[in-house]
Amino acid sequence: MQKSASRKERIAEYKELIARLTPKSKVGQGCLRAFWVGGVICVLGQTLIDFGMSAWHLTQAQAGTLASIVLVFLTAALTGVGVFDRIAKYAGAGTVVPITGFANAMVSPAMEFRPEGFVLGTGAKLFTIAGPVLVYGISASVLVGLAYYFISL
Amino acid sequence: MGAALWMYVKVFAVGGLLCVLGELLVLKTKLTPARILVAYITAGAFLSAVGIYSPLAAFAGAGATVPLTGFGHALAQGAMHAVQENGVLGAFTGGITATAGGITAAVFFGFIAAVLFRPKPKT
Amino acid sequence: MNAPNRMGNQTIVYRNTPWIAASACAAGPREAQGPLGDRFDLVADTPDFGQESYEQAEVALLREACRICLDKAHVGEKSVQAMLGGDLLNQIMPSSLAARSLRIPFLGMYGACSTMSEGLLVGGLLVDGGYAAPVLCTAGSHYATAERQYRFPLEYGNQRTPASQWTVTGAGVVLLAQQGDAVYGKPLAKLTRGCIGRVVDMGVNDANNMGAAMAPAAAATLCAYFDDTGETPERFDRIITGDLGYVGSELLLEWCGKMGHSLPRERMMDCGLTIYDPGQDSHAGGSGCGCSAVVLSSYILPKLQSGEWQRVLFMATGALLSPTTSQQGETIPGVAHAVVIEGVR
Repeated sequence: MQKSASRKERIAEYKELIARLTPKSKVGQGCLRAFWVGGVICVLGQTLIDFGMSAWHLTQAQAGTLASIVLVFLTAALTGVGVFDRIAKYAGAGTVVPITGFANAMVSPAMEFRPEGFVLGTGAKLFTIAGPVLVYGISASVLVGLAYYFISL
Repeated sequence: MGAALWMYVKVFAVGGLLCVLGELLVLKTKLTPARILVAYITAGAFLSAVGIYSPLAAFAGAGATVPLTGFGHALAQGAMHAVQENGVLGAFTGGITATAGGITAAVFFGFIAAVLFRPKPKT
Repeated sequence: MNAPNRMGNQTIVYRNTPWIAASACAAGPREAQGPLGDRFDLVADTPDFGQESYEQAEVALLREACRICLDKAHVGEKSVQAMLGGDLLNQIMPSSLAARSLRIPFLGMYGACSTMSEGLLVGGLLVDGGYAAPVLCTAGSHYATAERQYRFPLEYGNQRTPASQWTVTGAGVVLLAQQGDAVYGKPLAKLTRGCIGRVVDMGVNDANNMGAAMAPAAAATLCAYFDDTGETPERFDRIITGDLGYVGSELLLEWCGKMGHSLPRERMMDCGLTIYDPGQDSHAGGSGCGCSAVVLSSYILPKLQSGEWQRVLFMATGALLSPTTSQQGETIPGVAHAVVIEGVR
């Protein structure tokens, strides 16, 4: 009993040491970069929406879909030529949080696992990172729909 | 012109702030990006269902719809609209229908990228 | 009954002091830009080394390093009686595939990044006991293959934390021969002692801070060695750790101090802090099986051969994690094996 207590103490002592000696990420710099890059991506999205509505006379919803598709396409192209991860390294959550992060999470494993074949590599591994987003997003939408149905009965 | 510019300012500010929140979650909680995306999409669907996200989307446009919370918002709105039109079946069809463009684009362009490009370590 | 070649709890004594007859290393372009770049026997121009996949590139680097080493010692593949090697990938496939083409009797080793000293320690026993000679000890790793297995796809956009380390693309190999066997040329150094490390886990679960996970194991092995032998750190020109990096190296000094063995900072060296320039954006330093193996071959052994150093303790350190157990919430155990390498006068 005495021994297990002392092991716990040693682990706690070591954790304190780690906290003291591990360099910290720069929070202010990270937030500033995430803010401006994320903001710019959203402004790009708004520009696409406005363009779709004025030039192609799309509805708001259609224009939103157009903006999503174009942003996903741009992300796929930048990921393919090896530029997206450099931008993400700078911007952090600034590229992860917008739909660009979702797209990159699909495209990068699709490329990465290409050597394992188009079916079991690219096809299966496409969803390794972004799959959970679809699982929880779609499940949440079903729950919301069901709740809405029963409340409005 | 002034109104359009003001709209872009709102888009930039709200979109940027949602990203800052994500950055703080990454740095302070050690959540992996995949978990953050899951949290964002689920939170967006919830906030949409309780009627908070629609006003934000009206206020900030793409600043609210381009971040992953907006994806969750679109899923929830799609499910609710489909329930209005088709009854309980809509709960199962509405979400994906509303977000089909983004999901299909990610799958298709992901596949094309895998055909065309090889990943490279950066030196 | 006590084992006769044993000293204390963990330390072994090589009665016949096996010779390190030859050594070679091959590495990638990023490593070649580092401070040791011009000492490598072979540098791959591109990370894929002209192969179909990065896994095949890792195999090719290892295989070529072995061939260069055997060429240096003027020995054919058929004459080598055992190969002890390992790497980071599942089922240590790169080492097995290299052994397949070399056709040398093969013992697979796994000690994560501690593989080089694990291989030397066991290979030394085979030679010392007269069971096999010469024996080839190998270790290699590749940034791209380790990233996809342990972390993310290469093109996935994420930020690395300041404590994270960069897996070395490279392979290092050492040929052990019996003491006095001069057919391979002048020896580089000799093995005199070894210390088998315990698996130590101090509850670290941050896979982006491997140095912190491994430092307690390194401290435990060092303290065991000093307790077993009665030696002090001053007996060594350098006490060389594998890939503790910046964070782990500091933790080792502190933690050893708490355990009653203060280490002289000027005699400490970490391979992970030696292989890259600080400007190379490798954060807390290099890591991977190839890290200590490449530095051993290109930097440490030449210094022992030239007489600049007489005696070093080479202790590669490994973080024994798998993505599966990590995701299940298991903490990261560490291990460190030490061998004492001395110059041959």
